[in-house]
Amino acid sequence: MTAPGANNGDADLEQFRGYLMRYALLQLRDESAAENAVQETLLAAVKGRAGFSGKSSVRTWLTGILKHKIIDQLRRTAREQPLAGSDAEDDRSEAELVDALFVENGHWSEPPASWGSPERSFENRQFWEAFEICARLMPAKTARVFVMREVMELTTEEICKELGITATHCWVMLHRARLSLRECLDVKWFGKS
Amino acid sequence: MKILTTCKEASELLSQSQDRPLSLAEKFGLSAHLLMCAGCRNFGKQLAFIRAAMKRYLERGASGR
Repeated sequence: MTAPGANNGDADLEQFRGYLMRYALLQLRDESAAENAVQETLLAAVKGRAGFSGKSSVRTWLTGILKHKIIDQLRRTAREQPLAGSDAEDDRSEAELVDALFVENGHWSEPPASWGSPERSFENRQFWEAFEICARLMPAKTARVFVMREVMELTTEEICKELGITATHCWVMLHRARLSLRECLDVKWFGKS
Repeated sequence: MKILTTCKEASELLSQSQDRPLSLAEKFGLSAHLLMCAGCRNFGKQLAFIRAAMKRYLERGASGR
């Protein structure tokens, strides 16, 4: 029974650190950057506690703050080190990956086979290890767009605005991200049985 | 006969349907394709699974390892 806003110190906020850290890591892919963002979030939460309406859950509230911290961080990084030269290379190798999945007439070179009841894997610890490896295989820029969409739940328009890319480019990147994640999970996990 | 949606196009539409509403024409093309193509049907289900898995991945963190 932790009534949000109850005056019982910050311990009740601390319990969300693990969740927030995982969230930030997905997006920032850098341990210390993620720790910074989480730390700033918890600090802001302690200060802004009075402003918490109690209408949403504490976790939702914290996640909302964290999203802003992550976007700030991304903007800072973008200013300091605009997405670097390996970009064109990543783009090419990704385009090649997609091309390899289809033959010339647009058919799958190997049509996706059924995964059965994949939700069962949620209970399996090793599945999550494979999932983590697969998520990290994506080039940084693709992963950034994918996480903005799937984890931060930004709309395509918001992502475009934030990154200065077109909607079409955004969809292409999301498609590639999903294809590559699917392919990797297929090889590393579902194809094994 | 370029009126038929290819698997590559269908996979793009399946992906984009997670990001924007498809037009009527796109929906028609896609459903016609899916009727005939088990590979793309599987792909569609797997995309939904991947979306769910991303959410689940974070939830796991909440309850500690």
